[in-house]
Amino acid sequence: MSEFLEFCNVSKRFGPIQAVDGVSLALRKGEFFSLLGPSGSGKTTMLRLAAGFEHPDSGRVVLDGEDITDLPPNKRKVNTIFQSYALFPHLSVWENIAFGLRVAKRSKKDMETEVEAMLRLIRMDDQAHKKPDQLSGGQKQRVAIARALINKPQVLLLDEPLAALDLKLRQRMLIELDMIHDQVGITFLYVTHDQGEAMSLSDRIAVMDSGRIEQVGSPAEIYEAPQTSFVAAFIGDTNFLEGEVTDLIENEYCRVKIADTPGVICFNDKSMKPGNPVYLSIRPEKIHISRDRPEESPRRNILPAVVEDMIYQGSTTKYWVRTYGLRIQVLRQHFRYFLDEKPIRWNDEVWIWWHSDDGFMLDRYRAVDKHLISLPPRKVGEAEGNSEKS
Amino acid sequence: MRKEATRKIREILVSLPSLFWLSLFFIIPTLFVFAIALKPGNPYGGIGSGWTLDNLRALASPNYLAVAWRTLWISALSTVLCIVLAVPIGYYLARVSTRSKGFFLMLIIVPFWTNFLIRIFAWKVLLHPEGAVKKILVFTGLTGSQTSLLYNSGAVVLVTVYTFLPFTILPIYAAAEKFNFELLEAARDLGARRLQAFAKVFIPGIRRGLTTAVLFVLIPALGSYVIPDIVGGPGGEMVGNKIAQRVFVDRNLPQAGALSVVLILTVLAPLIGVLVGQRKRERPESIL
Repeated sequence: MSEFLEFCNVSKRFGPIQAVDGVSLALRKGEFFSLLGPSGSGKTTMLRLAAGFEHPDSGRVVLDGEDITDLPPNKRKVNTIFQSYALFPHLSVWENIAFGLRVAKRSKKDMETEVEAMLRLIRMDDQAHKKPDQLSGGQKQRVAIARALINKPQVLLLDEPLAALDLKLRQRMLIELDMIHDQVGITFLYVTHDQGEAMSLSDRIAVMDSGRIEQVGSPAEIYEAPQTSFVAAFIGDTNFLEGEVTDLIENEYCRVKIADTPGVICFNDKSMKPGNPVYLSIRPEKIHISRDRPEESPRRNILPAVVEDMIYQGSTTKYWVRTYGLRIQVLRQHFRYFLDEKPIRWNDEVWIWWHSDDGFMLDRYRAVDKHLISLPPRKVGEAEGNSEKS
Repeated sequence: MRKEATRKIREILVSLPSLFWLSLFFIIPTLFVFAIALKPGNPYGGIGSGWTLDNLRALASPNYLAVAWRTLWISALSTVLCIVLAVPIGYYLARVSTRSKGFFLMLIIVPFWTNFLIRIFAWKVLLHPEGAVKKILVFTGLTGSQTSLLYNSGAVVLVTVYTFLPFTILPIYAAAEKFNFELLEAARDLGARRLQAFAKVFIPGIRRGLTTAVLFVLIPALGSYVIPDIVGGPGGEMVGNKIAQRVFVDRNLPQAGALSVVLILTVLAPLIGVLVGQRKRERPESIL
């Protein structure tokens, strides 16, 4: 588990925009690593720094122990899959794949065997003579992958490779990408704004925002234990609760006074003292909802609430409820539909509850991240206002 | 089948007006020139009766061959120089910011505000033994005081390149503007050096613009008359000057016609070459 591709305190500015701001990051050999963030978060700049298309203003890029910061792209043992694939339109599939070997002046025989092998890997042996504009989106993508892999790169850089494909194809290519990663076993640096892609493919994810890394970890760590309000709100959905620690319970837990609630019990992994302000993140699917009051339990937070809004989503229903002046979203999965059950309706009085371990304390909280959470607008036009601020 | 036929008829109907125009003002006059080339002349400068191949035979004289050869190499060299200059300029124009782009495009277009003839006379003044260019070159020791800048083939090439450079830059720029520059990054990423990427990806990417640019210089350069007449002198004469001399000096219209026939066929050759090349690729595309 040694560091393979390293960014050491790298910064890059484009005019007034600080695209990457003092980022340090280390990829391990053979891992599938994703940079996840909204557009403009600096993730593509990171990829271009690794590819050599951009030179950092400060900091170093190191590949397998060698400082490659000042090497031009053609001297780096990395290859890129571009978002638009960037296949050469005047060359056939065969010639596109052979391009790297041709500029490396490899023998004709080598070229033929290696291109044929690549064509078999991407299952396009019978399309070798076609031009890129005769291919479908998925085929273009596979040619782009073959064209990059034939150079035997140490790291494959992928810049939102699935963004141009339709949903069904995207899901299939996702699995194909995973299979190719397993087959070639090289390090993948994958840039995406799609959390679903990052979650399902990656060994580790770095969440980026405004040129900085918010959190690095496995998909489960990122989702279950977000450290900042941005990560909590950008990945999945959540509720933010702002409060103050009032007293400690058996050292491990604490009671947090939130708005007018009688106090919410919370796992105190940040060793907070009474009087400390805290911000909690609670995932909507961790909160339960029902008409009947649930059984009391020492680690259970139970609050009375009124349903303000609900959206039926097939496998789940999303509820927005109000409790002690707070707006909270709850996601409930339908395990089975009971015909005699009286469903929850607007303005119903309900109970919501969650286990105290599911309220997660954030290291860092920014008020703007509230706008990333999906709260229903209370008047027409408000929804747009929210998205503009975020 | 029926639909196909109506479509054909409609196509013919739509192209009739332009066909009429072309026939009246281009094809028929050209055929007249072809016919005159096969007629004998008469001492009064008119056209005699009967048919003859003498005018075409006269073209084999060493004098004409030398002029024809000069016309070819001056045109070819001017074309090559124009393209060599226009490709980097077009590349640069496609990459600079929109503001600088407008400024540079204006610089290219500004010369058109002045009459073509006046601009060529301006070159005559510049290249004159007492002109500014000559004085600077002699002062810096780049040429001796006896070297002539004017009235030779070099002057013709220089002014031809100057005249047609905008016509080569614009189509190349138009093609470069549509070029996806990410392809150059892809080529570099795959191991190509800067120049390799340029030659293997950018040049094929703008080939339509290049074809247009070549035709835009080569064809008018082959038919040049004014430029060699003003700055060429006897050592820079081209076929166009010979045609003018036959018409205005000797009043030998059939001989001028024969020269014109050769020139027209030479000019048509690259055009037909391009059309055949496009037919082969089975992707008819406009020259522009």
